[in-house]
Amino acid sequence: MTKVFGSFVANDHIDLTIEPGEIHALLGENGAGKSTMMNVLYGLYDADGGEILIDDKPVKFSGPGDAVAAGIGMVHQHFMLVPVFTVAESVALGYEPTKSLGLLDISEARKKVKEISSRFNFNIDPDALIEDLPVGAQQRVEIIKALSRDAEILILDEPTAVLTPQETDELISIMRQLKEQGTSIVFITHKLREVRAIADSITVIRRGKIVGEASPESTETELASQMVGRAVSLTTEKDAADPGDATFQVRGLTVVDKAENVVVDDVSFDVRRGEILAVAGVQGNGQTELAETIIGLIEPRLGTITLDGKKLVGDSVKDRLGAGIGFVPEDRSTDGIIAEFAIRENMILDVYDREPYAKGLNMRSKVISEEAKKKVEEFDIRLGSVSDPISTLSGGNQQKVVLSRELGRDLRLFIASQPTRGLDVGSIEFVHKRVIAERDSGTPCIIVSTELDEVYGLADRIAVMYAGRIVGIVGPETSREALGLMMAGVPAGEALEATAGTTSTDGAANQAEGTESAAASAKPASSATEPADDDSATTSAEETK
Amino acid sequence: MTTDISPAAPSAAPPPESETEDGKEQTLLQQIMSGSWLVSLLAIVLALLFGGVLIAVSNAEVVAAAENFFAAPGEFFATLFQTVGNAYSALFRGAIFDWDARTTERAIRPLTESMVSGTPLILTGLGIALAFRCGLFNIGGQGQVILGATIAGFLGYALPLPPVLHMLVAAIGGIIGGAIWAGIAGVLKARTGANEVIVTIMLNSIAGYALGYLLKQNWFTHTTSANPQSRVIDDSAQMFLLLPPPFRLHFGFVIAILATIFVWWLLERSTIGFEFKAVGANPHAARTAGISVSKVTILVMIVAGALAGLGGAAQVLGTEYKLTGGISGSIGFDAITVALLGRSKPLGTFLAGLLFGAFKAGGYLMQSQTGTPIDIVLVVQSVIVLLIAAPPLVRSIFRLPTPVLKRKED
Repeated sequence: MTKVFGSFVANDHIDLTIEPGEIHALLGENGAGKSTMMNVLYGLYDADGGEILIDDKPVKFSGPGDAVAAGIGMVHQHFMLVPVFTVAESVALGYEPTKSLGLLDISEARKKVKEISSRFNFNIDPDALIEDLPVGAQQRVEIIKALSRDAEILILDEPTAVLTPQETDELISIMRQLKEQGTSIVFITHKLREVRAIADSITVIRRGKIVGEASPESTETELASQMVGRAVSLTTEKDAADPGDATFQVRGLTVVDKAENVVVDDVSFDVRRGEILAVAGVQGNGQTELAETIIGLIEPRLGTITLDGKKLVGDSVKDRLGAGIGFVPEDRSTDGIIAEFAIRENMILDVYDREPYAKGLNMRSKVISEEAKKKVEEFDIRLGSVSDPISTLSGGNQQKVVLSRELGRDLRLFIASQPTRGLDVGSIEFVHKRVIAERDSGTPCIIVSTELDEVYGLADRIAVMYAGRIVGIVGPETSREALGLMMAGVPAGEALEATAGTTSTDGAANQAEGTESAAASAKPASSATEPADDDSATTSAEETK
Repeated sequence: MTTDISPAAPSAAPPPESETEDGKEQTLLQQIMSGSWLVSLLAIVLALLFGGVLIAVSNAEVVAAAENFFAAPGEFFATLFQTVGNAYSALFRGAIFDWDARTTERAIRPLTESMVSGTPLILTGLGIALAFRCGLFNIGGQGQVILGATIAGFLGYALPLPPVLHMLVAAIGGIIGGAIWAGIAGVLKARTGANEVIVTIMLNSIAGYALGYLLKQNWFTHTTSANPQSRVIDDSAQMFLLLPPPFRLHFGFVIAILATIFVWWLLERSTIGFEFKAVGANPHAARTAGISVSKVTILVMIVAGALAGLGGAAQVLGTEYKLTGGISGSIGFDAITVALLGRSKPLGTFLAGLLFGAFKAGGYLMQSQTGTPIDIVLVVQSVIVLLIAAPPLVRSIFRLPTPVLKRKED
């Protein structure tokens, strides 16, 4: 089976061949053209040149329906499921089996779900509602959906972005099973560890071009430099933390959302001067709300937030920024920047009315430009002119603008939510360095991240959140497995115990090995640095319980 | 685990193309404002061409000549161009410079008349443009003009005050009237999320009928006449003339220039304007940056209403001198067009206001001299709006290249 691609805008003369029964990883930075290419393959976009061949026969897709008919299935990054449908209904959606008179034959769909589910040990109840299923199970529903249409080629677009490490392991085992049954899998990702754990062959894409094939035996550093086009260091150098007083305290913080769901549940923790507290957890377990409550975008129902002995609850966002909080929001394009505004204006978005940028009501254009140029220099931002709209910058440079704004003043507390989301490896390196520099200057830092690599790379202590609660606060030497269990809600003590002796206890034992050896290579650098901090970290974990 | 199940969570991973999710209103506004000067200019040209077609079709001579087209095609074209040419030259003579006039005074009077007609349009247009820039659709120019005119007019004949001071007090009354009227919409939007479009439209009706009621009350009109109109305002409250009669150009035009400069300073040079624009462009980011979106919403509407109210005050204190039911004419709605044509920029709005003032002033002469219905002018104005609201249409007609959004992919 061969597929050939030719020239089109986001993808420049890409040739890709996928053998039957192989797991082919497509590795590239964000915006490299991976998703574009797969969307062409799935019939969502038209190719402007080139052709797709299945079993040496050229095919033409005018929509996803054609692609499905040709045996291509796709699991999107954001699942395309209706929350209130049952599993069987979801699987039937789009090609509803009908009885006479056009009635929906749901029992047929149910049978199919059971059959596929048992074939792969998916353990999915066809009558369960989608919204009641955990994310990993929802993903399996998507896979069942694709398989139920006899997909021979399965495209998985960033499938691990929303999964816990355990769920990721399970997914990897599922992918292996599928492969054994002869299904080809195209696995799109920018996570190097997963690629090495599972892929049979790796294609690296950069700026819409194939820059090379790599073998799963390549080291992560090799893959990363191929992806970015230059040598990068994956582990951030940092000295041991020298924590001072706990100037920032959160006590009994409880936040409810508009629908009266408790999203942050009785959370208490301290952050000391000169340390980085990483808040880890699967997306949507209250970390975002916690960060937004600290900066004042959300008012808590209960609890206190204290910075330098001053209570913050009830103060406006402006007052809290004035108190010395630097805040990097999670969703850069929505909350962090104003796309139409010039770069120099984005650099003063929350300090526009302070000296030296403003005098009275007048803004001082000249000063703003000069300061902007200084920051461009300092943060190595690649741009044409500081007066250009910020939308002309790449994501990495936009994030540098945000960082230059938030770190460009004297801070008493620094909070960053997903500071490197969507950034390329080179920018991540830079952002991490700046955060560590801020820590070293004595600022308490909170980093909210769903990327475990980032958590391990930055954290002096790790707080794991699950369902709005802090499950425990542990040291950076904690194993990935233990963190993974905590991210699934297992209390810190049990998680540490469960992973202390044996390698792994759950069903994914054999798969865990693959990821573990990969994990091991990244771990020592960060965990070895902080042996001293270990004791205090575990005691504070006890406190929170 | 239920919290992270919703597939709607758009922040679950980097959405690469999520810039256009700000809602339709926002994108429409942005589209209108991102149109180039060229598009505005071409829209005017196209609209005038279209108006020319209508003038020809509605003219009996042209129609008669068209019937004999095959017999005398030359005559048809001669009639066509003459008719359209006459109409537009009358429009020009009525609006800018009348070369047929016997005296110099009369020759340049049309231009000052355009300025007179343009004054309330500029002021109100600035109010609407300001709101546009801040992401708010202020459709309530009409109501704000009425309120401004009503209060300014009433103070103009009800208070015994010395000259100039009287005028200033009356004008400030108009400003406050417009500010309160728009402020209601601002407060409702900020506090309850009520859509400002609907609220301002309703406030237009309320203002119109309230004025109608007041004009029937003798305590208000200070007259005993049964006509629904007020007493003439005191001389001391009139906006003094800038040139001797027969010119009607009054101090209001100076106010319009000052207001244009003020709005420019506000938007481009002040911290308040920075907040306004930030909220207009991206309320989420503005909120995250510590800007109070509800405070800005209220403030924007108050300033916008103040400008519109000043427009109403200028109309009654500078041109009409008394309150009637039709005091606001269609100023409030024309001002929306003016703001759109001016691309919500202060200078653009000023020029567009002058243009529309010229249309108004020239339309009368065109009607009286060539019999071309003044409605043609209204059609031309409306076509301009249509074309400006659809920049791609203008671009495709003139085969202009689509402006490429500069955006590097990372």
